[in-house]
Formats: sequence, C-alpha cells, structure tokens
Amino acid sequence: MAIDAGLLRELGSVLGPGLLSTPAACVAYECDALTAHRHPPDLVALPTSVEQVQQIVRICRRHSVPVVARGSGTGLSGGALPVAGGLLLVLSRLDEILEVDPRRGLARVQPGVTNLAVSEAAAPFGMYYAPDPSSQVACSVGGNVAENSGGVHCLKYGLTVHNVLAVKLVTMEGELLTLGSETGEAPGLNLLGAVIGSEGLLGFVVEVTVRLLPLPRRVELLLAAFDDVGRCAEAVGQVIAAGIIPAGLEMMDAPAIKAAEAFARCGYPLDAQALLLCEVDGLPADVDDDLGRARTLLEAAGATSVRVARDAGERQRMWSGRKSAFPAVGRLAPDYYCMDGTIPRRHLADVLAQIAALSTTYRLDVANVFHAGDGNLHPLILFDAGKDGELERAERFGADILEACVAAGGTVTGEHGVGVEKLGPMCSQFGAAELATFHALKLAFDPAGLLNPGKAVPTLARCADYGALRVHGGRLPHSHLPRF
Amino acid sequence: MALIETPPGQDLTDALVERVLAAANAGTPLRIVGGDTKRFYGRPVAGETLALAGHHGVVRYDPAELVITARGGTLLADVEALLARHGQRLPFEPPSFGSLATLGGTVAAGLAGPARVARGPVRDCVLGARLLTGDGRVLKFGGEVMKNVAGYDVSRLLAGSLGILGVLLDVSLKVLPVARGARTLRRHIAAQGAIDLLGAAAQRGLPLTGSFWSTGELYLRLEGSPSGLDELVPTIGGDPLDDSAAASLWQSVREQTHAYFTAAHPLGRLSLPATTAGAALVRADRIAFEWNGAQAWVTGVERETIDLITRAAGGHATLFRRDDAEDRVTGDVFAPLPTPLLDLHRAVKRVFDPAGILNPGRMYADL
Ligand SMILES: Cc1cc2nc3c(=O)[nH]c(=O)nc-3n(C[C@H](O)[C@H](O)[C@H](O)COP(=O)(O)OP(=O)(O)OC[C@H]3O[C@@H](n4cnc5c(N)ncnc54)[C@H](O)[C@@H]3O)c2cc1C
Ligand SMILES: Cc1cc2nc3c(=O)[nH]c(=O)nc-3n(C[C@H](O)[C@H](O)[C@H](O)COP(=O)(O)OP(=O)(O)OC[C@H]3O[C@@H](n4cnc5c(N)ncnc54)[C@H](O)[C@@H]3O)c2cc1C
Repeated sequence: MAIDAGLLRELGSVLGPGLLSTPAACVAYECDALTAHRHPPDLVALPTSVEQVQQIVRICRRHSVPVVARGSGTGLSGGALPVAGGLLLVLSRLDEILEVDPRRGLARVQPGVTNLAVSEAAAPFGMYYAPDPSSQVACSVGGNVAENSGGVHCLKYGLTVHNVLAVKLVTMEGELLTLGSETGEAPGLNLLGAVIGSEGLLGFVVEVTVRLLPLPRRVELLLAAFDDVGRCAEAVGQVIAAGIIPAGLEMMDAPAIKAAEAFARCGYPLDAQALLLCEVDGLPADVDDDLGRARTLLEAAGATSVRVARDAGERQRMWSGRKSAFPAVGRLAPDYYCMDGTIPRRHLADVLAQIAALSTTYRLDVANVFHAGDGNLHPLILFDAGKDGELERAERFGADILEACVAAGGTVTGEHGVGVEKLGPMCSQFGAAELATFHALKLAFDPAGLLNPGKAVPTLARCADYGALRVHGGRLPHSHLPRF
Repeated sequence: MALIETPPGQDLTDALVERVLAAANAGTPLRIVGGDTKRFYGRPVAGETLALAGHHGVVRYDPAELVITARGGTLLADVEALLARHGQRLPFEPPSFGSLATLGGTVAAGLAGPARVARGPVRDCVLGARLLTGDGRVLKFGGEVMKNVAGYDVSRLLAGSLGILGVLLDVSLKVLPVARGARTLRRHIAAQGAIDLLGAAAQRGLPLTGSFWSTGELYLRLEGSPSGLDELVPTIGGDPLDDSAAASLWQSVREQTHAYFTAAHPLGRLSLPATTAGAALVRADRIAFEWNGAQAWVTGVERETIDLITRAAGGHATLFRRDDAEDRVTGDVFAPLPTPLLDLHRAVKRVFDPAGILNPGRMYADL
C-alpha cells in the first residue's frame, strides 16, 4: 500500500523511532498466536505514553485510517491480526506498574504489563492477581481485558471481568475516559462490563486497576484417575452439587495425559482414560474439610485412584503437566487447532462423546484438556497443514464442535474470543437482531468504525454465506436474511 | 443432580412487546415497575406504568450448574426460597424490602447487600438476559454458562441500568452454595479503628462476608466450615452473637430497618476507597458504614457537604433516599458524569431505546 506522506509525517513527529513503516520491521507483527491467519501491517506504532496514544488515534481518525490494538500477540482468535491499510497500535511499551497497594487491595498498571508481573509485584505483600491464563508469562493485562481472559482458578476467583475495578480507555475519537472506579462502584451504566471482553473494538485500554487477593493460607491438590471419560465428566457436576467450589477443577483425557506426561514427567497415571485435578484453597480447616469430602465423593463417583499432592513441590509438578498441555500436545502432530466452547456442565459427557465421534468422521485425532469446573472445553485438534485438505478438515471439525456447544445451550467461545476465527460460528449463536445491536453498540463508541474493523462480530452478509454453507436438519439458519 | 421442577409461571412477552411498540409509536414514556419497592431510588419518572409482576416464573434451575434463570417479574422472595431449599443463594445478598420486590427490579437496580464485600456486586453474577428494547425488539445476550466472550457482554451492562435500556424479560444469575457455618462478632470501636481492623482482616484473607459499623459498634460476619470458624473466632476478638440475633442484625442492615436507617432523611450513600473512609467519615455526624468502609451512609446532611466529603476522599455519592415531600425534586441523585462519558451514555441509550421512552430521566435528566 502507498502510505500517505502527510500521515507518515504526522505520525513520525509524534512517535519518532516508535513508528515502523518498512516491511522488514513490520513483518514481525503479522499475526497473533492464531498463525493460520497472517497479514503484515503497513504501519506499526509503539507509543510510550498515554498522550502519544491519544495523538496517534486522533491523527488516524482524521485520516480515516483503521487502527488495531495489540498487546503481546498471544491471542488465539486473530483479534490482533492487522487489517489492510491500517495501523497496528502496539501497547507493549506502556509497561509500567504504577502502583501496588496492599491496604487498598489493588494494583494500577499500564496495559503492556504482563499478567504474571502483576502477581510478582504483589507477592512481597502476600497478595496476587487471580486470573491466571496459561499464557501468563507473556500476555498483557490490556489483552486480558480485551479478551476477558480466564485461567485455571476462575471457577472460584472469576475471570478478568470479576477482578478489574477500573480502566482508562482512549476512544477512537481520542477522548480519555475512566470506566469503573477503585471502589468497584461508579455512577452511570456499567460500561466497564461492556468493554471487558470487547476484543479491542470499543477503545484502547491504557490503564487498568485490578483487585489483588491475599494468597490463600493453605492449598491442596487432588488428582483423581478414571477409566472412563463419561464417568469423569459426571464427577465434575457431583463435586459442585455437593457444595464444594474448588479453586480449580481441570480435566484431561488419555491423549492429553500421555502427551503431558511425556513432556513434563509430572507423574500422571498413564493407564487412565481421564483425570481430574481438583485444587482446594482457603483457611486450613476449610481446606481439610473440602478435601475430605471431595475425596469421598470422587471415589464414590468411580475414580480408580485418588491421590493428594504431598507437598508444594509435588503440587507444582502435578500442575506443570496441565499448564504445559498445549505445547505437549503440540508435539504429537505438526499442527494443532485449539477450540474454546463452553457448555452447561451437565452436558460434558455427551459433548465429549460427540467430539470423539467427530474425530472418527474427520479422521483427525483430538486431545481434550480443559476447565471442566466451568464447562469450558478446549479440544485440541491435531492435523498437518502440509497435507492437502487437512487444515480445512480441522477447521470444519472445529466448527462442528462449536455447533455442538451451541446446541447444548453453550457458547462458541469461553475465553479466547471471536477475533477473525469464529465469525462464522457467531452466526449460529446469535440472531440477526442481536448482531445488529452489537454493531450499533460499537458505533456508539466508535462512530467512524475505525477500531479493529471486521473482527468479533460478523456482518449479516457473512452470516448469510455461512448459513448457506451449513444446513441443519434441512433448515437453513437465518433463512429470512437476504443473500448477498 | 438435575433440573428442578418449578411451576410454569406466566410468560407475558408478547403482550409486553405490544405495549412497548405502541408506546414507542405514540412517544409515550413508560415507567417500568416490578414491585415498585424502589420508587424512592433514582430520579422520579413520569410515564405510564409498565407492570412486570404478571411476567413471572423460574425458567430453569439446575443446582449443579450454579445457575438460575427466571422471568423479570418473579418475586425475589420466591427465587430466594427456591435456592434455599437446595442449599444455595444469590451471592450478592440483595435487599428485598417487603414481599413484592422482583428479580428484574433487583438486577436493574443493581443493589447488593452486606455480602457484596466478599462475593461481589450484582453485575458479577449476571450471566445472561433476555431484553425487550424500547423499540420492541426481544434480544438474547449471554447465556447460562460461566464463561462466555461471544459478542459484547450486554447482560452485565444491564445490571444497575435502572431499566433505561430495556425491560429484563429473563435473567440468568450465578448462584452459590450457602456456607456451612457463619459467626457474627460485635466490638466497641471508633470508626477509624474499625476501618483499620477490617482492612487488616481483609489483607490476612479472613473470610469476612459482612461488616457494619454505626454509633461506635462494629459487627463482623465470618463464614466457612464450623471447625474453621471455631479456630478463627477467638483470634479476632469480640462478643459472639447467637445465630438468631446475628440473622436479624444482618437482615436489618440489608433491608435498612436497623435503627440507624430509621432516622431523618435525606439518606446519602457514599462509595469510598476503604482506606480514605475514616478521614472522610469524621466530618459527618451521623454515619454508618458497610463493606469494610467502601459503602457509607450519612443522614441529615446537605448534598453539597456530601459532595465535598466524597470528592476529597476520591469516591462518589448518591442521594439514596429523600423525604416523600421531595419526590418532585428533579435534581441529580447520582454523581454527575464528565461530558464525554455522558455523551457515550446517550449514544448507548439510543442503541437500545431510540425513542427514549423507557424510564426516561430515572438515572440522569436526559437519559
Ligand atoms: C499457549 C497459550 C495459552 C493460553 N492460555 C490461555 C488461558 O488459559 N486462558 C485464556 O483466557 N487465554 C489464554 N490464551 C489466549 C491469550 O493469551 C489471551 O487471550 C490474552 O489475554 C491475550 O493477551 P495479549 O496481550 O497477547 O493480547 P493480543 O493477542 O495482543 O490481543 C488480543 C486482543 O486484544 C486486543 N487488545 C490488546 N491490547 C489491547 C489494549 N490495550 N486495548 C484494547 N485492546 C487491546 C487486540 O486488538 C486483540 O483483539 C493462551 C494463549 C496461548 C498462546
Ligand atoms: C440498603 C437498601 C435498602 C433498601 N430499602 C428499601 C426500602 O426501605 N424501601 C424500598 O421500597 N426499597 C428498598 N430497597 C430496594 C428494594 O427493596 C430492592 O432493590 C428491590 O429488589 C427492587 O425490586 P422491585 O421489583 O421492587 O423494583 P422496582 O422498584 O419495581 O424497580 C427498580 C428499578 O428497576 C426497574 N425495573 C423493574 N423491573 C424491571 C424489569 N423487569 N426490567 C427492567 N427494569 C426493571 C424499574 O423501572 C426501576 O428503575 C433498598 C435497597 C437497598 C440497597
């Protein structure tokens, strides 16, 4: 693309060396962690202050240049994929921890600070930031806000949305707004709630105030093995029904167990068809109590063995398998495709069985390692993009899994976002009226439609195409929509 | 572990859509009414009554999912009783003055009780909603699952929206098991001392699920396993209340029937950073506070003084309750918004209620 010289000059005077415009420099930013989609940006801005962000945005607004925000680029749905003719606004140099106050129980950070850095800064005060995505060493707090990221502990401690008190947002109009407040209450509408999880379509997050929690006094981890996936899935609901809210309740199936064990040597039972990791935390007496009850319950639910980590070292080892499951599974095949649907827990066994059947249909292996307590599935579809048609088969397999999630009363994305990846499946989950409302809500924040255009919410035209591709029981979804 | 059978209730969606469409066409403002238990809250609305009480019933409840879905006009008392029968509850302990408060009104008002300090505000528990917009569209957002990032989170936006964006036809809320034990302690202590004590307790990770201070007395509620509480309580200090006295104390705080609240109006609500609360509070004569100092109440103080206090402390104020005679007052009751933020509110309002007929003025004059 020929870049307007006036635009370049204006941006250059704000950013100096923080503006990249040569293909060689820009190519590093051509994709996020959804590497199947790539598009080298024409311009990359690396601001170091909020004022610079505002200036850049105002310039782009004046020149009608679309802007895409990027944190660390670990997103799994193409949210930070550059758009043609646009500027990529990389916020990773806004990486200062502005304040950590144990008395008020909060930290105020710039958006480029990594998730783990917040907990590390709070640790000397005996506190931590609860949402812990597996990507926490790398992903940014700004990206977490944009994706409403979760982790293995959100069953008890919530997602990003439950742990953010306030954000400062630069709108595409260049205004700086504060949404929420450190008291956790703010006058007016809960716009903060709408911005969290909005995938960078409503504004640029330039400061985040997060809630810190005291580190739990006691933590115990229990590993239960099962010889049947269905029984393991049923046990998940039984733990919760008994009134226990574990800090984390994670499930892995046989392929994931084998891969993790080979990768991390974490002591998983290799003969199991499924396992549950159940962590309970809190005051010592409460933990003992919950642990005892969980153990009895899992044994009654048909666990072939139940083991409690002896000490912190063993606990970490047991978690390491789970936390490195993605790269571990990644060694089983040249490529994998990670899905992210959420379903009501009562349908876990059924949907896992459907996934197994689809695996046969599509002749592609799948490993399951997921946030069972939240009903958040992460099937990892194994394929080889080098083999003709496998990528397409994997994508169709993935889309079918998401359809199964919607049919079970669930959602096409629990925490990874829609990005460019799940625009099609969004058409199954929402009707035309809801999608139109999403578009209208975006325009309320961004009247010119320049912020991360084309992501997260499909156009009705796209849904018409998608509907034409996917016929369910002879019925076309959105058959009332005009075809374009 | 299965879906619980509940009476079918009554679905008035079609009739409500018709009423709203007719009003939108005629430009008639509507005042959405659940139980009208909260008429006092917010600014007065002049409009025809759109009654939700007939639109009621639990749509789905499976205790193992920790989710309940019910129609907007369902009585809060009915929902709470159903949950209690299965050992569960609404996490945010909403106030439900009298018997007519509805679930829709509770979510729309966005008010939480003492447990908010531990279990979060109303918005944290909203998982999904079916909404009737001001131009008669019925939209479904979110769902019944714990994690959902498909589309913007409109259902959380509706928590505390005071009905200005739409009528809540159904709401899905996250619920939690009732704790197996609870203890309440009373201590004589001055305001600043109480705030320091609560701050330290929170920092230590004590399971504090309620705090209330007024006239030199602090009440603390702790929840957990009975054996854990037995160990913990002696380390904190204070006189334990027996279970029934404790229950009625927290009920009176939640419902504002406690002696503190029966005094003179107006009643101001201050939302404060807990650590600044002490300094802010010594300036007011009649105060009470909850949520470790993050929510304070002041009575009989002029709006101007309240604003001064909260601005100095870095919080904000709401004129929570006025005298009946003041019902016609048209001034702001919520803290004013900066202009760009107010403009954004107007734009968002137009998305959902382009004709501006739903609860106009309830939150701010031209919203
Ligand atoms: C190995 C691996 C494991 C993962 N595990 C998890 C997990 O356990 N749980 C989970 O939830 N996710 C997980 N993810 C996904 C990803 O890490 C999260 O979505 C993360 O929050 C993205 O942060 P980021 O800084 O990398 O954002 P990016 O990828 O840079 O951007 C993501 C989106 O946010 C927008 N954005 C970024 N910064 C801003 C900002 N400051 N203002 C406005 N918009 C912005 C972008 O436009 C884009 O739409 C994982 C990813 C990988 C690769
Ligand atoms: C500390 C405290 C003390 C309280 N004390 C009192 C008290 O003394 N007296 C009292 O009357 N109340 C009191 N309340 C408030 C009240 O009891 C509850 O919040 C109640 O649950 C509101 O429900 P409702 O159905 O009566 O709401 P309503 O009063 O009918 O409605 C509340 C708001 O929600 C809107 N609304 C109602 N239903 C819907 C719907 N389905 N969709 C969209 N919008 C809707 C209304 O238009 C209105 O804006 C108190 C609240 C608190 C926090």
